[in-house]
Amino acid sequence: MGFVYKTEEFNKVLEALERKYRIFAPVLKVGEGRFRDTDVIRYDYISRIEDAELEERSDFSFKEILIPLSETMFYFTENEIKEADYDARPVIVLMRSCDIQGNGPNNDWFYERLRDRVKFALIGCGKACPNSFCVDMGSNKTDEYAFSIDVVDGKVYCDVKDDELFAAFEGAGGLKDNVEPRFVTEAEFKVTRPEEVPIELFKDPMWDEYTKRCVNCGRCNFVCPTCTCFTIQDVFYTDNGRVGERRRVNASCMVDGYTDVAGGLVMRKTNGERMRFKVLHKVYDFRKRFGYDMCVGCGRCDTVCPEYISFANCINKLNARVKEVTENV
Amino acid sequence: MCNCGKNEYTPVPSKLQDIIKHTAQEWTFRFTYVGDVKPGQFFQISIPKVGECPISVSGIGPDYVDLTLRAVGKVTDYLFDNFKAGDSLFLRGPYGNGFDVHEFEGGELIIVVGGTAVSPVRGVVQYLCETESAKDVHMIAGFKDPGEIMFKADLKDWAEKIDLTLTVDGAPEGYEGKVGLVTKYIPDIPIRDISKCKAIVVGPPPMIKFSMIELVKRGLSEDNVWISDSRRMSCGIGKCGHCRINDKYVCIDGPVFKFSEHKTLID
Ligand SMILES: Cc1cc2nc3c(=O)[nH]c(=O)nc-3n(C[C@H](O)[C@H](O)[C@H](O)COP(=O)(O)OP(=O)(O)OC[C@H]3O[C@@H](n4cnc5c(N)ncnc54)[C@H](O)[C@@H]3O)c2cc1C
Ligand code: SF4
Ligand code: SF4
Ligand code: FES
Repeated sequence: MGFVYKTEEFNKVLEALERKYRIFAPVLKVGEGRFRDTDVIRYDYISRIEDAELEERSDFSFKEILIPLSETMFYFTENEIKEADYDARPVIVLMRSCDIQGNGPNNDWFYERLRDRVKFALIGCGKACPNSFCVDMGSNKTDEYAFSIDVVDGKVYCDVKDDELFAAFEGAGGLKDNVEPRFVTEAEFKVTRPEEVPIELFKDPMWDEYTKRCVNCGRCNFVCPTCTCFTIQDVFYTDNGRVGERRRVNASCMVDGYTDVAGGLVMRKTNGERMRFKVLHKVYDFRKRFGYDMCVGCGRCDTVCPEYISFANCINKLNARVKEVTENV
Repeated sequence: MCNCGKNEYTPVPSKLQDIIKHTAQEWTFRFTYVGDVKPGQFFQISIPKVGECPISVSGIGPDYVDLTLRAVGKVTDYLFDNFKAGDSLFLRGPYGNGFDVHEFEGGELIIVVGGTAVSPVRGVVQYLCETESAKDVHMIAGFKDPGEIMFKADLKDWAEKIDLTLTVDGAPEGYEGKVGLVTKYIPDIPIRDISKCKAIVVGPPPMIKFSMIELVKRGLSEDNVWISDSRRMSCGIGKCGHCRINDKYVCIDGPVFKFSEHKTLID
């Protein structure tokens, strides 16, 4: 069922939803960017639709709400381990099609308990995001949403699928109409993924380029909606060490230390090898195991990379190399 | 309320029954544990406020598991310095696939192990010692020097039941035992039918590599070799990503792999 609202009417919908849910949406933060006088789009709680940034893609993903940078798992006291509480208040997260598709089944206890209290609302895409290749990754469309939002010419268009939320939409005075969320059908980049990657390609010289260019800052993992690796760490608060907690903290496969073991053995020393490990996971290894590709083609990693390394280009280069190698045998 | 099942990250209390000291840096901690467990599987030892680390099961009893560890860092050092029999600490596991002991029964078997790597295969050897095929088990166990030899009582016991070669990389003058790398003894193992012979190779990566070269020279099929691998781990349950190689997770798909499969995994 669809509705068309004026902005003020839609804010009444939000007001009604806020009786039960908090609304988490991308917000433009002026002057809070990485460099002086730059802006950044980050997720935050909103009450009015004007406060959400719905045109441009967020620099950081929704991850904070489901895969926090640092998450307390347990509290310790003298002789007790206690599972950490969490904020169980229900949340509605506004996100784009690609980001919704980045949330496959996870089966991780801490993820699932956070996921359980979240509903996804779809932000329709009026245009392709910079560096995106969502269309070729098949993530440009979805029908997995509680409701959709498209703001066009000052009007808010919503397609409501979730019955639980229906009353909030019905009571706000909009016009009932058939509404279809907007999806893009052409992304900024086209990519072709190789179906099979022969084992020789793991050691191919094509990765050397990244050894030269990548500075292993890990930003690409940090902004990626589908990167979920973590390291478990214990900390204690008091000098006598009697009280403390166990946390899990985001880990990056590009950064030093990810594979270090006792005796000084490191599995992937060069940044080219790390790039290969990351890229093949996102567009090949994960699929081999779980049946679909991990990367959703949002393009955030390309945008954030200080060395202008393009993930989309890399996929295409990989595909070309696979062709060369398999045709020459 | 969340329907997420059981929180697998929660460690459970376990009482230390005993501590067996092999060398200054290598001790076996006997943890109370009742439940299913296989040789080659591992536990996460969990010390609140210090951390966790994965350790292979080196022995299985009716109400305990043995974990033999080397003091190398935060968690292991803390264990060596702070605990005595009777104390309680925390574990989670067992994790990983482990060895299927029946796989190795009733035929010829070569076992090549180095150092602490005796732990994951100890249960396999103990099992085979009690079967008809004990005499067809040929084990080469290598240690750095005579002072580093672990599981001495076991080795003595096994020497009576299986064909055991105990060697050290180097020894002071006057040492009476065998000296030399494990690879030196592979060519001499008496095998009747190499095409059916199986092998278990566990140790540091270079040891595995050079042992494989010797074994393959003898005509052993890579399909008949099992290795136990190890990687940096954090979760132990296929979630944190640290131990991944290609589409496999060492913590859940391993640590035991067939060599022919492991060969296709590239870090
Ligand atoms: C499946 C498996 C079975 C193992 N079985 C045994 C065993 O039976 N006996 C034994 O003594 N050790 C075993 N280990 C190795 C043991 O887990 C490490 O030595 C562990 O780091 C010790 O933890 P720590 O906190 O004392 O050291 P830390 O202070 O964490 O680390 C010391 C050094 O080890 C590195 N490290 C961190 N995690 C690991 C890891 N998982 N493996 C190796 N190095 C790591 C650190 O980066 C650092 O360089 C096993 C490892 C795995 C993965
Ligand atoms: S953001 Fe770029 S430079 Fe930084 S780790 Fe990723 S690929 Fe390398
Ligand atoms: S790898 Fe890059 S393009 Fe793919 S989902 Fe992650 S951030 Fe987006
Ligand atoms: S140890 Fe976390 S995935 Fe294997």
